[in-house]
Amino acid sequence: MAQKNKDEILHDHNNDGIDRRGFLKCMAWAGTGALCVMEGGILKSYSLSRLGEISAKEMAGELSFVQISDSHMGFNKPANPDVAGTLKSALEKINGLSRAPEFMLHTGDISHLSKPEEFDTVDQILKGASAKDVFFVPGEHDVLNDDGKSYLERYGKNAKGCGWYSFDKKGVHFMGLVNVMNLKAGGLGTLGHEQLEWIEDDVQHLKHSTPIVVFAHIPLWSVYPEWGWGTEDSAQALAYLKKFGSVTVLNGHIHQTMQKVEGNVTFHTAASTAFPQPQPGKADSPGPMKVPAEQLKSVLGITNVNYVQGRQALGVVDSTLV
Amino acid sequence: MIRKTVWIGGLLATVMVATLLLLSAGSPRSSAQTPQPATAEVKVDNFSFGPATLTVPVGTTVTWTNRDDIPHTIVSTDKVFKSKVLDTDEKFSFTFAKAGTYSYFCSIHAKMTGSVVVQ
Repeated sequence: MAQKNKDEILHDHNNDGIDRRGFLKCMAWAGTGALCVMEGGILKSYSLSRLGEISAKEMAGELSFVQISDSHMGFNKPANPDVAGTLKSALEKINGLSRAPEFMLHTGDISHLSKPEEFDTVDQILKGASAKDVFFVPGEHDVLNDDGKSYLERYGKNAKGCGWYSFDKKGVHFMGLVNVMNLKAGGLGTLGHEQLEWIEDDVQHLKHSTPIVVFAHIPLWSVYPEWGWGTEDSAQALAYLKKFGSVTVLNGHIHQTMQKVEGNVTFHTAASTAFPQPQPGKADSPGPMKVPAEQLKSVLGITNVNYVQGRQALGVVDSTLV
Repeated sequence: MIRKTVWIGGLLATVMVATLLLLSAGSPRSSAQTPQPATAEVKVDNFSFGPATLTVPVGTTVTWTNRDDIPHTIVSTDKVFKSKVLDTDEKFSFTFAKAGTYSYFCSIHAKMTGSVVVQ
């Protein structure tokens, strides 16, 4: 991923409301570190460098959490020979946030080869985080050897099926989904019938004003099917969430940040803490992308999410490890 | 004169052929009769199988070698064979005793597909 100069903010939208036409413009430079908060269709944007000037009241969410993804513990090829080190850098970044996150989401590929020692190492490193609770969903690298049994034993104690579950925090409903099991030849990610039925049932009694956060490893929208970057049956899942005013979908898998808005649904993918991957179609294959060592941390990152009760907005901010 | 030469030539040829047949038939030490088990290779690299379609005779042992910098698996769609996860430079072999078309894929990266045609 090209490194954008953090200081190169073209438009200084100092608390100007931006309507939907300005939204795309905002999304284009969101990668530099911008906070885009959408309230009922109106977008307010703040450049990250000016966050200090914005009042705590404006910025403070009643709920604040962090998403990390694709730590690939055990990977040791040239693209990053020290994934434990970069994961620790991510933790430092998280621990340095002015507002400590209440918990963390890990959207999968925790390990590289599903080895016990790889999971152990991640667990050990995450113990140093300011947020003590971590909620996981598996990536395809986490369920390699035993159809995900060891993953479930570690991270899926209260989960259903092959690891899906939901929980509530401060009025926001979180749903962890699994779309990396039973992948079919030539296919994309898949949720499966049993999980889809659970999704329908899980949200049935929720008020339409309840903000929903869905997190799963493979993107729930068609980022680039040629590389398997999509989920076959996500449309059905999203249909069950159509009635809600605010749905935020957080994914990983593609090792770069990407956003898409469709109606009331905001899709967002996180960077990896291990190694970047090429942009769709920009390489022969979606493998680890080598960058000069001094640039590595600038293409890895974390995602900080803030929610203010009473607003349907969730503010999603990506920041690199540099 | 010519007839005699031809007759002798024909007899010699018959004797030679007969000898060859005798030598090759039923002799365990003759390599002409017992073929070496065939082997074939598939290279796994850049999220693809090379060659994507491999045609081999019955009895061939096919070896997949992962040359990619990311792990892959070799899983038959009809559940005939299944490798453990292969990291870079790891191999998986399977001997195809029966004719048929065996399609397979990487269970981690489902878009990677290949097939072995056994004739």
